[in-house]
Amino acid sequence: MPREDRDTGKGKSRSVVVETVSRLMVPFIQLFALYVIIHGAGGPGGGFQGGVIFASSFVLYVIAFGIVKAGNRFPEHANIALFSTGVYLYAGVGLLCVICSLGAAQYLNYGFIPLTHHFEENRALGMDLVEIGIGITVMAVITSIFFNLVWKREEIEKGED
Amino acid sequence: MIWQLDLALLFLVVAIAIAAITVRDLLSAIMLLCAYSFLMAVVWVEMHSVDVAFTEAAVGAGATTAFLIAALARTARWEKK
Repeated sequence: MPREDRDTGKGKSRSVVVETVSRLMVPFIQLFALYVIIHGAGGPGGGFQGGVIFASSFVLYVIAFGIVKAGNRFPEHANIALFSTGVYLYAGVGLLCVICSLGAAQYLNYGFIPLTHHFEENRALGMDLVEIGIGITVMAVITSIFFNLVWKREEIEKGED
Repeated sequence: MIWQLDLALLFLVVAIAIAAITVRDLLSAIMLLCAYSFLMAVVWVEMHSVDVAFTEAAVGAGATTAFLIAALARTARWEKK
């Protein structure tokens, strides 16, 4: 396939097999990433690994459909909003623990968040919230790094033309 | 822990690492680093550290390889003498 077609994603000679397989694979990769994030407390995995797997699904999308289409689907300002959201979720759960432990300064001691009546269930739910925050941030940052690496090349080629 | 498997894996890891720094084709070097990360993940599993293996397989063999290929697309493929 010619290089320009692959970069712009508008050429007529795109590979049907690559597009179909990646269109089928991307939702399953993302579902597996969510499974890894949620199961991080009790087994191997966690927010970081799940976030990386989620970001690799966007890498697959960029490889199959080109950076222009992927950039329209997942723009840079959404990226910035997402990685701020993850950090705020992490820090917010920690500060909520400080507030709910009534001044005992139990930062990120999840048991004090009154989500349920049991201390251990509160701890599990708070751990999941923190893992989701880590996952969102890692996913957005790694996607942003990859998109920026690919965008720069695109812009340079556009400037030379 | 099977020490024969450990020995074979560590020997392969060292061989691939030496190959990755001596090869002149940078795309081959990136692929060798990907194989290095994957074999390191197998070594971590063999050492019963599944969490580290998971991170190594996701970051080392997945994300870093994509980053390095995206960076290689902006430079020359062959290393200068």
